[in-house]
Amino acid sequence: MVWVNAVVQGLMLGGLYALFACGLSLMFGVMRTVNLAHGDLSVVAAYGSLALVDSLGWSPFLTLLIVIPGMAIVGLVLQRLVLDRALGISALAPLLATFGLSIALQNLLLQIDSPDSRILPIGSFGIGSWKISGQLSIGWFPLLTLGVAIVVLLGIELFLQRARLGHAMRATRDDPATAQLMGIDSRKIYALAAMLALATVGIAGVFLGMRTTFTPTSGSSYLIFAFEAVVIGGIGSVRGTLAGGIVLGVAQTVGAQINAADPILIGHLVFLTVLVVRPRGLFRSSVLA
Amino acid sequence: MSSLEVESIDVHYGDFQALWSVDVAVETGGTLAIIGANGAGKSTLLGAIAGSRRLSSGSIRFDGRDISDLPAHARVALGITLVPEGRRLFPSLTVEENLTIGAFRRRKGPWSLNRVYELLPIVANLRQRHANQLSGGEQQAVAIGRALMNNPRLLLLDELSLGLAPVIVQSLYAVLPEVSAEETTVLLVEQDVGQAIAAADRVQCLLEGRVTLEGDANDLDRDSIRAAYFGI
Repeated sequence: MVWVNAVVQGLMLGGLYALFACGLSLMFGVMRTVNLAHGDLSVVAAYGSLALVDSLGWSPFLTLLIVIPGMAIVGLVLQRLVLDRALGISALAPLLATFGLSIALQNLLLQIDSPDSRILPIGSFGIGSWKISGQLSIGWFPLLTLGVAIVVLLGIELFLQRARLGHAMRATRDDPATAQLMGIDSRKIYALAAMLALATVGIAGVFLGMRTTFTPTSGSSYLIFAFEAVVIGGIGSVRGTLAGGIVLGVAQTVGAQINAADPILIGHLVFLTVLVVRPRGLFRSSVLA
Repeated sequence: MSSLEVESIDVHYGDFQALWSVDVAVETGGTLAIIGANGAGKSTLLGAIAGSRRLSSGSIRFDGRDISDLPAHARVALGITLVPEGRRLFPSLTVEENLTIGAFRRRKGPWSLNRVYELLPIVANLRQRHANQLSGGEQQAVAIGRALMNNPRLLLLDELSLGLAPVIVQSLYAVLPEVSAEETTVLLVEQDVGQAIAAADRVQCLLEGRVTLEGDANDLDRDSIRAAYFGI
């Protein structure tokens, strides 16, 4: 039963990782851009939510109504002002630009707030759970996180497979020059993908902030989990990222059962094993792969 | 009235000049073949008309409107569609998705998925396949269908015959009369001179970026074509 519990908790933790990795996966999948400021942008979203909670007395859930569109606008600005220009210089330039952005955001947050750790308050909902047996209980909040992750990632996957703009996104990813010859303005497609990606970063940031404490610099420590989820699932596959996040989450919680001192190590080992055994990830032939 | 008027355009790749004061005019519904050896500038000319190559000087008018400064995607909206050299299908999309991408601009006109499948039955049988699982001839047929989905008024065809067996090339060229019948102007580029002359009503020859010959497809004799093609 202890093991069942570990797996169940891992599934739900994995939902959070998948939600967090979604934007990274989408931006890499469509634009071939690795966004090193991904983690910091999610922390920005968490601080944005906190500001609304503090000033308006809203529940963190309600702040999503503002944080999601706000982060989408951040995505548009990021794409137009930074990434479009960087892509014009070289394939490596976006990497350097977002690395710089990551440092700038961390210091900006330190200036505005403080190095103290913060949390988004959700009261008793954060600790409430559904007790199935003595050793197995399912927390409301982790369950909700998993549900949101599934809806968001499968929703994006469905958009890419079915929608007219989703098709245009995949075509642009395959071959931007030929996509232009089909009448697709790749700049608009990139802007749309960045907005979609950052909207998911907004959701992820708020959920991370509700689950655990954050500081201005905690974004980069989460980034490694997002990368691992993306690589395990298969680079560029949104559906794969959902699976990758869950694999990583389960590996960490089961790892904690084996060796409580360092659960994250087991997660890293699973990640390395996937890299060795199946370097293109679990879902290599998926929509965006 | 001319559908397409290209007036003394120059195109450069860095310091290299690929086109030298090239003029092209095609009547609405007409078919012009551009012939020439490798590196003569044929694909560059099509790229300039489609908007993927920038002009150094000169102008391009389409239905009387100057389109020289329009980006490629905006020219597609006017009905200028290129079937690029080497097909360039989207490999992660299915055949049917490739076709629907062709209709991205939602231009009205005679062509639809069903009409394309009727014209190119070979494509109808492949609709759920991924583009990277097709033979060269199948890919070329899909590329033509994808272009038709935009309901083009000017169809630019770049080396349809490249790397394909003659019998397949013939079957692809056999669809052109039905395309022209829809008042679509066709500009095609070919290395295969015989095929080009058979498909077109006018022919222009490029040599090292300059027009060396122009005339009705029926009037040109082999010797003058040879001279214009090789510059001897």
